[in-house]
Amino acid sequence: MAHEHKLAIFRGRLKFKDNIQKIWGVLIFLSLVTLVEVVLGIYKPPILMKPLISAFEPGLAGSTMNFLLSPFIYLKPLNLIFIVLTIVKAYYIAWDFMHLRDEKKGLRRAIVWTPVFLISYLVFILLTEGSYIYDIYHSGFVKWNF
Amino acid sequence: MDTTVTTGTAESVWSGGSKNKPLGASYGKMMMWFFIVSDALTFSGFIAAYGFSRFKFADSWPIADEVFTHVPLFHGNYPMIYVAIMTFILIMSSVTMVLAVDAGHKLQKNRVIWYMFFTVIGGIIFLSSQAWEWATFIKGDFGAIETKGGRILQFVKADTGERAAIRDFATPLHEERVDHTNNKGVWFFGESTLPTYSVNEVVTGFKADSNILVRVENVNEDGHKIVLTRDESLKRLAGSKYVVEGANLIHNEYGSRLFADFFFFITGFHGFHVFSGVLINIIIFFNVIIGTYERRGHYEMVEKVGLYWHFVDLVWVFVFTFFYLV
Repeated sequence: MAHEHKLAIFRGRLKFKDNIQKIWGVLIFLSLVTLVEVVLGIYKPPILMKPLISAFEPGLAGSTMNFLLSPFIYLKPLNLIFIVLTIVKAYYIAWDFMHLRDEKKGLRRAIVWTPVFLISYLVFILLTEGSYIYDIYHSGFVKWNF
Repeated sequence: MDTTVTTGTAESVWSGGSKNKPLGASYGKMMMWFFIVSDALTFSGFIAAYGFSRFKFADSWPIADEVFTHVPLFHGNYPMIYVAIMTFILIMSSVTMVLAVDAGHKLQKNRVIWYMFFTVIGGIIFLSSQAWEWATFIKGDFGAIETKGGRILQFVKADTGERAAIRDFATPLHEERVDHTNNKGVWFFGESTLPTYSVNEVVTGFKADSNILVRVENVNEDGHKIVLTRDESLKRLAGSKYVVEGANLIHNEYGSRLFADFFFFITGFHGFHVFSGVLINIIIFFNVIIGTYERRGHYEMVEKVGLYWHFVDLVWVFVFTFFYLV
Protein backbone atom coordinates (compact mmCIF):
# COMPACT_ATOMS: atom_id res chain seq x y z
CA MET A 1 0.00 0.00 0.00
CA ALA A 2 1.27 3.37 -0.94
CA HIS A 3 1.10 5.34 2.22
CA GLU A 4 1.38 8.71 0.61
CA HIS A 5 -1.91 9.78 -0.95
CA LYS A 6 -2.13 11.83 -4.09
CA LEU A 7 -4.27 14.70 -2.96
CA ALA A 8 -5.16 16.47 -6.19
CA ILE A 9 -8.30 15.74 -8.20
CA PHE A 10 -9.65 17.18 -11.49
CA ARG A 11 -6.20 16.74 -13.09
CA GLY A 12 -4.48 18.75 -10.38
CA ARG A 13 -6.91 21.68 -10.45
CA LEU A 14 -8.22 20.99 -6.96
CA LYS A 15 -5.72 20.14 -4.24
CA PHE A 16 -6.65 19.05 -0.75
CA LYS A 17 -4.72 19.54 2.48
CA ASP A 18 -5.00 15.96 3.66
CA ASN A 19 -6.63 12.67 2.77
CA ILE A 20 -9.69 13.17 5.00
CA GLN A 21 -10.41 16.50 3.38
CA LYS A 22 -10.12 14.88 -0.02
CA ILE A 23 -12.65 12.20 0.98
CA TRP A 24 -15.23 14.81 1.95
CA GLY A 25 -14.48 16.80 -1.19
CA VAL A 26 -15.10 13.75 -3.36
CA LEU A 27 -18.32 13.05 -1.45
CA ILE A 28 -19.58 16.56 -2.18
CA PHE A 29 -18.71 16.12 -5.83
CA LEU A 30 -20.45 12.72 -6.07
CA SER A 31 -23.55 14.07 -4.31
CA LEU A 32 -23.71 17.01 -6.70
CA VAL A 33 -23.51 14.69 -9.70
CA THR A 34 -26.26 12.47 -8.23
CA LEU A 35 -28.39 15.53 -7.59
CA VAL A 36 -28.00 16.69 -11.18
CA GLU A 37 -28.97 13.20 -12.37
CA VAL A 38 -32.07 13.07 -10.19
CA VAL A 39 -33.23 16.56 -11.16
CA LEU A 40 -32.75 15.77 -14.86
CA GLY A 41 -34.48 12.41 -14.33
CA ILE A 42 -37.53 14.02 -12.75
CA TYR A 43 -37.96 16.99 -15.06
CA LYS A 44 -36.73 15.37 -18.30
CA PRO A 45 -36.18 18.56 -20.31
CA PRO A 46 -37.98 17.98 -23.63
CA ILE A 47 -35.02 19.33 -25.59
CA LEU A 48 -32.92 16.39 -24.35
CA MET A 49 -35.53 13.76 -25.14
CA LYS A 50 -35.05 13.61 -28.90
CA PRO A 51 -31.93 12.28 -30.65
CA LEU A 52 -29.79 15.13 -31.94
CA ILE A 53 -29.79 13.97 -35.54
CA SER A 54 -31.76 11.23 -37.23
CA ALA A 55 -30.28 8.29 -39.09
CA PHE A 56 -31.69 9.74 -42.30
CA GLU A 57 -30.19 13.20 -41.98
CA PRO A 58 -29.56 14.40 -45.55
CA GLY A 59 -26.41 15.87 -47.02
CA LEU A 60 -22.71 15.24 -46.62
CA ALA A 61 -22.67 16.72 -43.13
CA GLY A 62 -25.54 14.47 -42.13
CA SER A 63 -23.85 11.30 -43.38
CA THR A 64 -20.53 12.25 -41.84
CA MET A 65 -22.12 12.98 -38.50
CA ASN A 66 -24.07 9.75 -38.72
CA PHE A 67 -20.92 7.84 -39.43
CA LEU A 68 -18.92 9.45 -36.65
CA LEU A 69 -21.65 9.45 -34.07
CA SER A 70 -23.37 6.19 -34.96
CA PRO A 71 -23.02 4.80 -31.42
CA PHE A 72 -24.74 7.86 -30.01
CA ILE A 73 -27.33 9.13 -32.45
CA TYR A 74 -30.03 6.71 -31.45
CA LEU A 75 -29.64 7.64 -27.81
CA LYS A 76 -31.61 10.46 -26.37
CA PRO A 77 -29.10 13.14 -25.32
CA LEU A 78 -30.47 12.85 -21.79
CA ASN A 79 -29.49 9.18 -21.60
CA LEU A 80 -26.07 10.00 -22.97
CA ILE A 81 -25.67 12.57 -20.19
CA PHE A 82 -26.70 9.98 -17.59
CA ILE A 83 -24.20 7.44 -18.88
CA VAL A 84 -21.36 9.96 -18.96
CA LEU A 85 -22.17 11.17 -15.43
CA THR A 86 -22.28 7.54 -14.24
CA ILE A 87 -18.83 6.87 -15.62
CA VAL A 88 -17.60 10.07 -13.98
CA LYS A 89 -18.98 8.87 -10.64
CA ALA A 90 -17.47 5.42 -11.12
CA TYR A 91 -14.12 7.03 -11.87
CA TYR A 92 -14.05 9.01 -8.65
CA ILE A 93 -15.26 6.07 -6.54
CA ALA A 94 -12.53 3.84 -7.97
CA TRP A 95 -9.79 6.46 -8.00
CA ASP A 96 -10.33 8.10 -4.62
CA PHE A 97 -12.38 5.73 -2.47
CA MET A 98 -10.70 2.57 -3.73
CA HIS A 99 -7.30 4.34 -3.84
CA LEU A 100 -6.57 3.47 -7.46
CA ARG A 101 -4.99 6.90 -7.75
CA ASP A 102 -2.29 5.75 -5.32
CA GLU A 103 -1.62 2.37 -6.92
CA LYS A 104 1.10 1.53 -9.40
CA LYS A 105 0.27 2.09 -13.03
CA GLY A 106 0.56 -1.62 -13.86
CA LEU A 107 -2.01 -2.69 -11.30
CA ARG A 108 -4.34 0.13 -12.26
CA ARG A 109 -4.24 -0.76 -15.93
CA ALA A 110 -4.76 -4.46 -15.28
CA ILE A 111 -7.81 -3.65 -13.20
CA VAL A 112 -9.35 -0.98 -15.39
CA TRP A 113 -8.65 -1.87 -18.99
CA THR A 114 -9.52 -5.58 -18.79
CA PRO A 115 -13.16 -5.02 -17.83
CA VAL A 116 -13.48 -1.90 -19.96
CA PHE A 117 -12.49 -3.87 -23.04
CA LEU A 118 -14.61 -6.93 -22.24
CA ILE A 119 -17.69 -4.96 -21.22
CA SER A 120 -17.60 -2.70 -24.27
CA TYR A 121 -17.42 -5.78 -26.45
CA LEU A 122 -20.30 -7.52 -24.68
CA VAL A 123 -22.49 -4.42 -24.68
CA PHE A 124 -21.83 -3.80 -28.36
CA ILE A 125 -22.77 -7.38 -29.28
CA LEU A 126 -25.88 -7.58 -27.11
CA LEU A 127 -27.28 -4.18 -28.00
CA THR A 128 -26.76 -4.77 -31.71
CA GLU A 129 -28.55 -8.10 -31.39
CA GLY A 130 -31.32 -6.53 -29.31
CA SER A 131 -32.09 -3.86 -31.88
CA TYR A 132 -31.96 -6.46 -34.65
CA ILE A 133 -34.65 -8.49 -32.87
CA TYR A 134 -36.64 -5.29 -32.35
CA ASP A 135 -36.62 -4.78 -36.12
CA ILE A 136 -37.67 -8.37 -36.71
CA TYR A 137 -40.63 -7.96 -34.36
CA HIS A 138 -41.65 -4.84 -36.22
CA SER A 139 -41.47 -6.30 -39.69
CA GLY A 140 -44.49 -8.43 -38.92
CA PHE A 141 -43.25 -11.90 -38.19
CA VAL A 142 -44.59 -11.91 -34.67
CA LYS A 143 -48.11 -11.00 -33.78
CA TRP A 144 -48.40 -9.24 -30.46
CA ASN A 145 -52.08 -8.58 -29.92
CA PHE A 146 -54.48 -11.43 -30.29
CA MET B 1 6.78 -18.15 -1.71
CA ASP B 2 10.16 -16.69 -0.97
CA THR B 3 11.73 -20.14 -0.99
CA THR B 4 12.00 -20.17 -4.80
CA VAL B 5 15.52 -20.18 -6.18
CA THR B 6 16.67 -16.70 -6.94
CA THR B 7 19.26 -15.87 -9.52
CA GLY B 8 21.17 -12.66 -9.66
CA THR B 9 19.71 -9.26 -9.01
CA ALA B 10 16.19 -9.70 -10.38
CA GLU B 11 15.36 -11.76 -7.34
CA SER B 12 11.90 -13.05 -6.60
CA VAL B 13 10.04 -10.53 -8.73
CA TRP B 14 7.39 -13.07 -9.66
CA SER B 15 6.89 -14.26 -6.14
CA GLY B 16 5.96 -10.74 -5.18
CA GLY B 17 9.37 -10.39 -3.56
CA SER B 18 10.01 -7.86 -0.89
CA LYS B 19 12.22 -5.40 -2.75
CA ASN B 20 10.99 -5.25 -6.28
CA LYS B 21 7.19 -5.66 -6.12
CA PRO B 22 5.92 -5.43 -9.68
CA LEU B 23 2.44 -4.23 -8.75
CA GLY B 24 3.18 -2.75 -5.35
CA ALA B 25 0.30 -4.56 -3.73
CA SER B 26 0.16 -7.41 -1.27
CA TYR B 27 -1.13 -10.81 -2.32
CA GLY B 28 -4.41 -10.39 -0.46
CA LYS B 29 -5.16 -6.98 -1.83
CA MET B 30 -4.35 -7.97 -5.37
CA MET B 31 -6.62 -11.00 -5.13
CA MET B 32 -9.40 -8.80 -3.79
CA TRP B 33 -8.93 -6.59 -6.82
CA PHE B 34 -9.03 -9.52 -9.22
CA PHE B 35 -12.15 -10.86 -7.51
CA ILE B 36 -13.73 -7.44 -7.95
CA VAL B 37 -12.81 -7.44 -11.64
CA SER B 38 -14.47 -10.82 -12.17
CA ASP B 39 -17.50 -9.81 -10.13
CA ALA B 40 -17.77 -6.62 -12.19
CA LEU B 41 -17.90 -8.81 -15.29
CA THR B 42 -20.74 -10.84 -13.78
CA PHE B 43 -22.73 -7.72 -13.03
CA SER B 44 -22.05 -6.24 -16.44
CA GLY B 45 -23.32 -9.51 -17.93
CA PHE B 46 -26.63 -8.98 -16.13
CA ILE B 47 -26.86 -5.31 -17.00
CA ALA B 48 -25.95 -5.96 -20.63
CA ALA B 49 -28.65 -8.66 -20.75
CA TYR B 50 -31.05 -6.07 -19.37
CA GLY B 51 -29.98 -3.71 -22.15
CA PHE B 52 -30.53 -6.47 -24.68
CA SER B 53 -34.11 -7.08 -23.54
CA ARG B 54 -34.75 -3.40 -23.36
CA PHE B 55 -33.55 -2.79 -26.90
CA LYS B 56 -35.63 -5.76 -27.99
CA PHE B 57 -38.80 -4.17 -26.56
CA ALA B 58 -37.66 -0.60 -27.03
CA ASP B 59 -41.14 0.80 -27.63
CA SER B 60 -43.02 -1.08 -24.92
CA TRP B 61 -40.63 -1.09 -21.95
CA PRO B 62 -42.10 0.18 -18.65
CA ILE B 63 -41.11 3.73 -17.70
CA ALA B 64 -39.20 3.53 -14.41
CA ASP B 65 -40.47 6.92 -13.24
CA GLU B 66 -43.99 5.55 -13.27
CA VAL B 67 -43.04 2.37 -11.45
CA PHE B 68 -40.96 3.59 -8.52
CA THR B 69 -42.95 6.51 -7.22
CA HIS B 70 -43.27 5.84 -3.51
CA VAL B 71 -41.46 7.13 -0.47
CA PRO B 72 -42.02 5.42 2.90
CA LEU B 73 -44.42 7.28 5.22
CA PHE B 74 -45.45 9.69 2.46
CA HIS B 75 -48.44 9.51 0.19
CA GLY B 76 -48.37 10.79 -3.33
CA ASN B 77 -46.26 10.60 -6.41
CA TYR B 78 -42.52 11.11 -5.87
CA PRO B 79 -40.62 9.47 -8.71
CA MET B 80 -36.91 8.82 -8.13
CA ILE B 81 -36.74 10.52 -4.74
CA TYR B 82 -36.40 7.40 -2.64
CA VAL B 83 -33.87 5.72 -4.93
CA ALA B 84 -31.84 8.91 -4.81
CA ILE B 85 -31.91 8.77 -1.02
CA MET B 86 -30.81 5.11 -1.12
CA THR B 87 -27.95 6.04 -3.44
CA PHE B 88 -26.90 8.78 -1.07
CA ILE B 89 -27.01 6.39 1.91
CA LEU B 90 -24.75 3.95 0.09
CA ILE B 91 -22.28 6.67 -0.96
CA MET B 92 -22.31 7.93 2.62
CA SER B 93 -21.45 4.49 3.99
CA SER B 94 -18.68 4.31 1.39
CA VAL B 95 -17.31 7.53 2.83
CA THR B 96 -17.30 6.23 6.41
CA MET B 97 -15.56 3.09 5.09
CA VAL B 98 -12.81 5.10 3.41
CA LEU B 99 -12.46 7.15 6.61
CA ALA B 100 -12.05 3.86 8.51
CA VAL B 101 -9.29 2.83 6.09
CA ASP B 102 -7.64 6.20 6.56
CA ALA B 103 -7.80 5.87 10.36
CA GLY B 104 -6.37 2.35 9.99
CA HIS B 105 -3.31 3.69 8.21
CA LYS B 106 -2.72 5.96 11.17
CA LEU B 107 -3.33 3.03 13.57
CA GLN B 108 -6.12 4.89 15.35
CA LYS B 109 -8.09 1.93 16.65
CA ASN B 110 -11.04 3.82 18.16
CA ARG B 111 -11.71 5.83 15.04
CA VAL B 112 -11.60 2.66 12.93
CA ILE B 113 -14.17 1.10 15.28
CA TRP B 114 -16.57 4.04 15.01
CA TYR B 115 -16.28 4.42 11.26
CA MET B 116 -16.76 0.67 10.75
CA PHE B 117 -19.83 0.90 12.96
CA PHE B 118 -21.34 3.69 10.86
CA THR B 119 -20.54 1.77 7.68
CA VAL B 120 -22.43 -1.28 8.94
CA ILE B 121 -25.38 0.90 9.96
CA GLY B 122 -25.44 2.51 6.51
CA GLY B 123 -25.42 -0.93 4.89
CA ILE B 124 -28.31 -2.09 7.06
CA ILE B 125 -30.35 1.02 6.25
CA PHE B 126 -29.73 0.45 2.55
CA LEU B 127 -30.80 -3.21 2.81
CA SER B 128 -33.98 -2.27 4.65
CA SER B 129 -34.78 0.34 2.01
CA GLN B 130 -34.32 -2.24 -0.67
CA ALA B 131 -36.57 -4.69 1.16
CA TRP B 132 -39.22 -1.98 1.39
CA GLU B 133 -38.86 -1.19 -2.28
CA TRP B 134 -39.25 -4.85 -3.20
CA ALA B 135 -42.33 -5.15 -1.01
CA THR B 136 -43.89 -2.08 -2.65
CA PHE B 137 -43.06 -3.37 -6.10
CA ILE B 138 -44.50 -6.83 -5.37
CA LYS B 139 -47.66 -5.42 -3.79
CA GLY B 140 -48.37 -3.21 -6.79
CA ASP B 141 -50.17 0.02 -7.28
CA PHE B 142 -53.15 0.20 -9.59
CA GLY B 143 -53.57 -3.33 -10.91
CA ALA B 144 -53.87 -4.22 -14.57
CA ILE B 145 -55.33 -6.71 -17.00
CA GLU B 146 -53.22 -9.24 -18.83
CA THR B 147 -54.49 -10.31 -22.25
CA LYS B 148 -54.31 -13.73 -23.86
CA GLY B 149 -51.33 -12.49 -25.84
CA GLY B 150 -49.50 -11.60 -22.65
CA ARG B 151 -49.91 -7.83 -23.10
CA ILE B 152 -50.63 -5.60 -20.10
CA LEU B 153 -53.60 -3.23 -20.20
CA GLN B 154 -53.55 -0.45 -17.62
CA PHE B 155 -56.32 2.04 -16.92
CA VAL B 156 -56.39 5.81 -16.89
CA LYS B 157 -59.08 8.37 -16.11
CA ALA B 158 -60.25 10.07 -19.28
CA ASP B 159 -60.72 13.53 -17.78
CA THR B 160 -57.48 13.92 -15.80
CA GLY B 161 -55.20 11.43 -17.51
CA GLU B 162 -54.24 9.99 -14.12
CA ARG B 163 -53.90 6.29 -13.55
CA ALA B 164 -57.06 4.55 -12.38
CA ALA B 165 -56.83 1.69 -9.90
CA ILE B 166 -58.98 -1.35 -10.67
CA ARG B 167 -60.22 -1.35 -7.07
CA ASP B 168 -61.85 2.04 -7.77
CA PHE B 169 -64.02 0.99 -10.69
CA ALA B 170 -64.37 -2.80 -10.63
CA THR B 171 -67.91 -3.92 -9.83
CA PRO B 172 -68.17 -6.67 -7.20
CA LEU B 173 -70.31 -9.40 -8.72
CA HIS B 174 -70.25 -12.05 -5.97
CA GLU B 175 -69.65 -14.78 -8.50
CA GLU B 176 -69.36 -18.43 -7.63
CA ARG B 177 -65.90 -19.72 -8.17
CA VAL B 178 -65.29 -23.44 -8.57
CA ASP B 179 -62.12 -24.52 -6.81
CA HIS B 180 -59.64 -26.41 -8.86
CA THR B 181 -59.09 -29.75 -7.20
CA ASN B 182 -56.78 -32.70 -7.40
CA ASN B 183 -59.15 -35.06 -9.17
CA LYS B 184 -59.88 -32.59 -11.98
CA GLY B 185 -56.35 -31.56 -12.81
CA VAL B 186 -54.08 -33.39 -15.21
CA TRP B 187 -51.02 -31.94 -13.55
CA PHE B 188 -52.26 -30.45 -10.33
CA PHE B 189 -50.00 -28.65 -7.88
CA GLY B 190 -52.38 -26.50 -5.93
CA GLU B 191 -54.61 -23.52 -6.22
CA SER B 192 -52.75 -20.26 -6.68
CA THR B 193 -53.73 -17.15 -4.75
CA LEU B 194 -56.49 -15.21 -6.42
CA PRO B 195 -56.43 -11.53 -7.29
CA THR B 196 -58.96 -9.39 -5.43
CA TYR B 197 -61.15 -8.97 -8.51
CA SER B 198 -62.03 -11.29 -11.34
CA VAL B 199 -61.62 -10.32 -14.99
CA ASN B 200 -65.39 -10.23 -15.31
CA GLU B 201 -65.71 -7.75 -12.45
CA VAL B 202 -63.09 -5.44 -13.94
CA VAL B 203 -64.64 -5.55 -17.41
CA THR B 204 -68.15 -4.96 -16.02
CA GLY B 205 -66.87 -2.05 -13.98
CA PHE B 206 -65.11 -0.68 -17.04
CA LYS B 207 -68.30 -0.79 -19.10
CA ALA B 208 -70.22 0.99 -16.36
CA ASP B 209 -67.73 3.85 -15.94
CA SER B 210 -67.29 5.88 -19.12
CA ASN B 211 -64.47 7.90 -17.58
CA ILE B 212 -62.00 5.00 -17.75
CA LEU B 213 -59.75 4.28 -20.73
CA VAL B 214 -57.22 1.55 -21.45
CA ARG B 215 -53.55 2.41 -21.67
CA VAL B 216 -51.35 -0.05 -23.57
CA GLU B 217 -47.65 -0.83 -23.16
CA ASN B 218 -46.52 0.81 -26.39
CA VAL B 219 -45.22 4.34 -26.36
CA ASN B 220 -45.96 7.07 -28.88
CA GLU B 221 -43.34 9.31 -30.46
CA ASP B 222 -43.12 11.51 -27.38
CA GLY B 223 -42.29 8.54 -25.19
CA HIS B 224 -45.67 8.42 -23.46
CA LYS B 225 -47.75 5.27 -23.20
CA ILE B 226 -50.57 5.21 -25.77
CA VAL B 227 -54.09 5.66 -24.37
CA LEU B 228 -56.82 4.03 -26.44
CA THR B 229 -60.25 5.44 -27.21
CA ARG B 230 -63.30 4.01 -25.49
CA ASP B 231 -64.19 1.74 -28.44
CA GLU B 232 -60.67 0.47 -28.93
CA SER B 233 -60.43 -0.10 -25.17
CA LEU B 234 -63.51 -2.29 -25.15
CA LYS B 235 -62.24 -4.22 -28.14
CA ARG B 236 -58.89 -4.80 -26.45
CA LEU B 237 -60.53 -5.81 -23.17
CA ALA B 238 -62.34 -8.63 -24.98
CA GLY B 239 -59.04 -10.52 -24.94
CA SER B 240 -58.59 -10.24 -21.17
CA LYS B 241 -57.22 -13.26 -19.41
CA TYR B 242 -55.96 -12.34 -15.93
CA VAL B 243 -56.19 -9.58 -13.39
CA VAL B 244 -52.64 -8.71 -12.35
CA GLU B 245 -51.93 -7.02 -9.06
CA GLY B 246 -48.31 -6.19 -8.38
CA ALA B 247 -45.40 -8.04 -9.87
CA ASN B 248 -43.72 -11.40 -9.59
CA LEU B 249 -41.60 -13.50 -11.91
CA ILE B 250 -44.59 -14.53 -14.04
CA HIS B 251 -46.96 -11.54 -14.11
CA ASN B 252 -46.15 -7.86 -13.90
CA GLU B 253 -48.75 -5.13 -13.74
CA TYR B 254 -46.19 -2.47 -14.71
CA GLY B 255 -45.65 -3.86 -18.21
CA SER B 256 -43.13 -6.26 -19.68
CA ARG B 257 -42.59 -9.14 -17.28
CA LEU B 258 -38.91 -9.14 -18.18
CA PHE B 259 -38.72 -5.79 -16.40
CA ALA B 260 -39.79 -7.43 -13.14
CA ASP B 261 -37.52 -10.42 -13.72
CA PHE B 262 -34.49 -8.21 -14.24
CA PHE B 263 -35.49 -5.98 -11.36
CA PHE B 264 -35.60 -8.93 -8.97
CA PHE B 265 -32.48 -10.49 -10.39
CA ILE B 266 -30.18 -7.49 -10.62
CA THR B 267 -31.21 -5.59 -7.50
CA GLY B 268 -31.47 -8.94 -5.71
CA PHE B 269 -27.96 -9.94 -6.70
CA HIS B 270 -26.71 -6.51 -5.71
CA GLY B 271 -28.61 -6.68 -2.43
CA PHE B 272 -27.04 -10.07 -1.78
CA HIS B 273 -23.63 -8.44 -2.24
CA VAL B 274 -24.57 -5.66 0.17
CA PHE B 275 -25.75 -8.30 2.64
CA SER B 276 -22.49 -10.24 2.47
CA GLY B 277 -20.61 -6.94 2.65
CA VAL B 278 -22.43 -6.08 5.88
CA LEU B 279 -21.61 -9.53 7.31
CA ILE B 280 -17.91 -9.23 6.40
CA ASN B 281 -17.85 -5.68 7.78
CA ILE B 282 -19.32 -6.93 11.07
CA ILE B 283 -16.65 -9.64 11.32
CA ILE B 284 -13.89 -7.10 10.67
CA PHE B 285 -15.56 -4.68 13.09
CA PHE B 286 -15.27 -7.21 15.92
CA ASN B 287 -11.73 -8.11 14.88
CA VAL B 288 -10.81 -4.44 15.21
CA ILE B 289 -12.46 -4.28 18.64
CA ILE B 290 -10.58 -7.29 20.00
CA GLY B 291 -7.36 -5.80 18.65
CA THR B 292 -6.41 -8.37 16.01
CA TYR B 293 -5.05 -5.75 13.63
CA GLU B 294 -3.52 -3.71 16.44
CA ARG B 295 -1.36 -6.75 17.25
CA ARG B 296 -0.71 -7.46 13.58
CA GLY B 297 0.65 -3.96 13.23
CA HIS B 298 -1.41 -2.95 10.20
CA TYR B 299 -5.05 -2.57 9.21
CA GLU B 300 -4.80 -3.90 5.68
CA MET B 301 -7.77 -6.19 6.27
CA VAL B 302 -9.95 -3.12 6.76
CA GLU B 303 -8.68 -1.81 3.45
CA LYS B 304 -9.50 -5.08 1.70
CA VAL B 305 -13.10 -5.24 2.91
CA GLY B 306 -13.24 -1.53 2.12
CA LEU B 307 -12.44 -2.33 -1.51
CA TYR B 308 -15.31 -4.80 -1.60
CA TRP B 309 -17.66 -2.31 0.02
CA HIS B 310 -16.78 0.43 -2.46
CA PHE B 311 -17.28 -2.03 -5.27
CA VAL B 312 -20.83 -2.66 -4.07
CA ASP B 313 -21.37 1.11 -4.15
CA LEU B 314 -19.85 1.28 -7.63
CA VAL B 315 -22.24 -1.38 -8.92
CA TRP B 316 -25.19 0.49 -7.41
CA VAL B 317 -24.17 3.62 -9.31
CA PHE B 318 -24.58 1.67 -12.54
CA VAL B 319 -27.78 -0.10 -11.45
CA PHE B 320 -29.21 3.29 -10.48
CA THR B 321 -28.47 4.71 -13.91
CA PHE B 322 -29.63 1.82 -16.03
CA PHE B 323 -32.66 0.79 -14.00
CA TYR B 324 -34.03 4.07 -12.76
CA LEU B 325 -32.67 6.90 -14.89
CA VAL B 326 -32.13 5.86 -18.49
